[in-house]
Amino acid sequence: MTALPPTTAAAGRRGTAGRPGAANGAPAAPGTRGTRGRKAPGWLGALPLLVFAAIGFGLPVGALLYGAVTRDDPATGATALTGEHLQRSLQGPYLGSLVGSVQLSALTALIGTVLGVLIAQAVVTARGGALRTAVLTASGVLANFGGIPLAFAFVATLGISGVVTRLGRLDSLGWNLYSFTGLAVIYLYFLVPLMVLVILPALDGLRPQWREAAQNAGATAWQFWRHVGLPVLAPSLLGGFVLLFGSAFAAHATAAALVGGSVPLVTLKIADALSGNVLVGQENVALALSLDMIVIAGLVMAVYLPLQRRSSRWLH
Amino acid sequence: MAALTPTAAPARPGPAGRPEARGTAGAGARRRPRVWRGVVLTLAGLYFVVPLLSSFVFTVHIPNQGVSFAAYTGILSADGFGRSLLLSLGLAAATIALSLLLTVPALLAVRLGAPRLRPVVEVVCMLPLVVPPIALVTGVTTVLRWGPDHLSRTPFYQTFLAVQDESFPIVLVLAYTVLALPFVYRSLDAGLRAVDVPTLVEAARNCGAGPLYTVWRVILPNLRSSLAGASFLTLALVLGEYTIASLLGFRPFAVWIVSVSGAEARMSVAVSLLSLLITWGLLLVLSRAGTRGAATTGSVPSASAVPSASAVPSASASASGKE
Repeated sequence: MTALPPTTAAAGRRGTAGRPGAANGAPAAPGTRGTRGRKAPGWLGALPLLVFAAIGFGLPVGALLYGAVTRDDPATGATALTGEHLQRSLQGPYLGSLVGSVQLSALTALIGTVLGVLIAQAVVTARGGALRTAVLTASGVLANFGGIPLAFAFVATLGISGVVTRLGRLDSLGWNLYSFTGLAVIYLYFLVPLMVLVILPALDGLRPQWREAAQNAGATAWQFWRHVGLPVLAPSLLGGFVLLFGSAFAAHATAAALVGGSVPLVTLKIADALSGNVLVGQENVALALSLDMIVIAGLVMAVYLPLQRRSSRWLH
Repeated sequence: MAALTPTAAPARPGPAGRPEARGTAGAGARRRPRVWRGVVLTLAGLYFVVPLLSSFVFTVHIPNQGVSFAAYTGILSADGFGRSLLLSLGLAAATIALSLLLTVPALLAVRLGAPRLRPVVEVVCMLPLVVPPIALVTGVTTVLRWGPDHLSRTPFYQTFLAVQDESFPIVLVLAYTVLALPFVYRSLDAGLRAVDVPTLVEAARNCGAGPLYTVWRVILPNLRSSLAGASFLTLALVLGEYTIASLLGFRPFAVWIVSVSGAEARMSVAVSLLSLLITWGLLLVLSRAGTRGAATTGSVPSASAVPSASAVPSASASASGKE
């Protein structure tokens, strides 16, 4: 993943610089096909993937877009463009759920970024290879440990009759797992390992020589981080934050298994609307909400990919 | 660090004092990180281990009654367990096969025959990251609704029904393949980047190998660890996926866990715990396989990091995929 951008960049560069070469490659293809007869064109291998993507991805997303901006008139059967669904998806409880999702994602992503960096830095500064391998492996597993199993593990731990809740008498302290805070605690369980995986290579890229140079110049540890460490890490940190935000934002199963409808989240609202729990005439609001989500996730990715590219340019 | 300046200042007259001063400063600087490092790692360890431990305690210890392993022994005979697990495993196998069959030829093609398609293939494979599973499933339901609405008189209708077959819903395989594309692509792309494909193909051709033989016996063995990584990520994604399956009304493993949680809280926690342990085991096997494939001992840590590094997006995606 960290290695991805350079190639893309290289591919892009090759695309423009190599335009003449590519140009003579492409027209040449029919020629070679003509001489050898049976040779398949080079793009044939990519065809199944592109066809599949058009059907499996393009079709549903197209239907989603179409449904979000059109309305069927039940009387005449005519279809008309409308901004009504999108407008409704940005009002009242639907807007509340979008805001709730954004708040929860931003908060957990922020905490997850800080904790992930602390853990990764602890691993990087410790010299034991075994600790590093263990943390990397555990992070790889735990970052994937989302969804239903995670929700139930936390129900058993911090739920109403959870083991820790009973041992610590947390319920008398006002603890409630089925709340915004509870969800944040659970989300961190897969967000922090994700951050560790993202940031560890970047922390590795901070050369010890830079630190030594700063020390020799009389810089304190704080000055080193303020003027050298953080600026170099900034793209990776922001990129990691954005990735965590996206993960938390798209999360549905944990919340669905846990809080039902008690915390307003856009994924829960969409699932609700899809299951038919919606007022007559508002069926398409699920599509409009999904479109809102795609727009937000798209913005997130639009921030993430260039940052990723930039940080990998610095740290290799 | 603050100690460095005063110590270094008196040391100025004698050059011999320099190394000594540096030594004490170094030791001081090193001791402080050791404390915070210990604190951070201990707290993190607690946060990540306690839920697992207490899940186990929760499943075997019944308040006022003592210890019982009934939650585990009852799993196999539980209603629907076998069927839903088999369905999930079948879906996973089909998804892995389909996603590899689609991406491997495409990635080889953009390296060998059509380099100009490369950005296209990359964008196509990465786009699903922008569409959360819950948004994908709303699109899929919309498309599936067209079936009865518009197509009931056409031959397409049979396709719509076959795709939604209860015993093996192909529509889930299609949706999961879409979700898995970014991770499979990244894993294979990372693997292919370490291999000089055109040279290998040329060498194989010079030795008289046909194209299929070249792919099967020369290219794929070189990609073994990234193929395994891609398969594992897909498996984890499909086994844990809940959103799409439940909203389309099918009952694979994750949906089953939720459906028994009401009546059998202990069992649902036990199954969750087991599924984590199984995933963990698979990942260990995978990283072991990755390190065995590595040529030098120097690359062992990096080899074990490759699945995790490629697991980053996958992690995010499969976290979101499961959600």
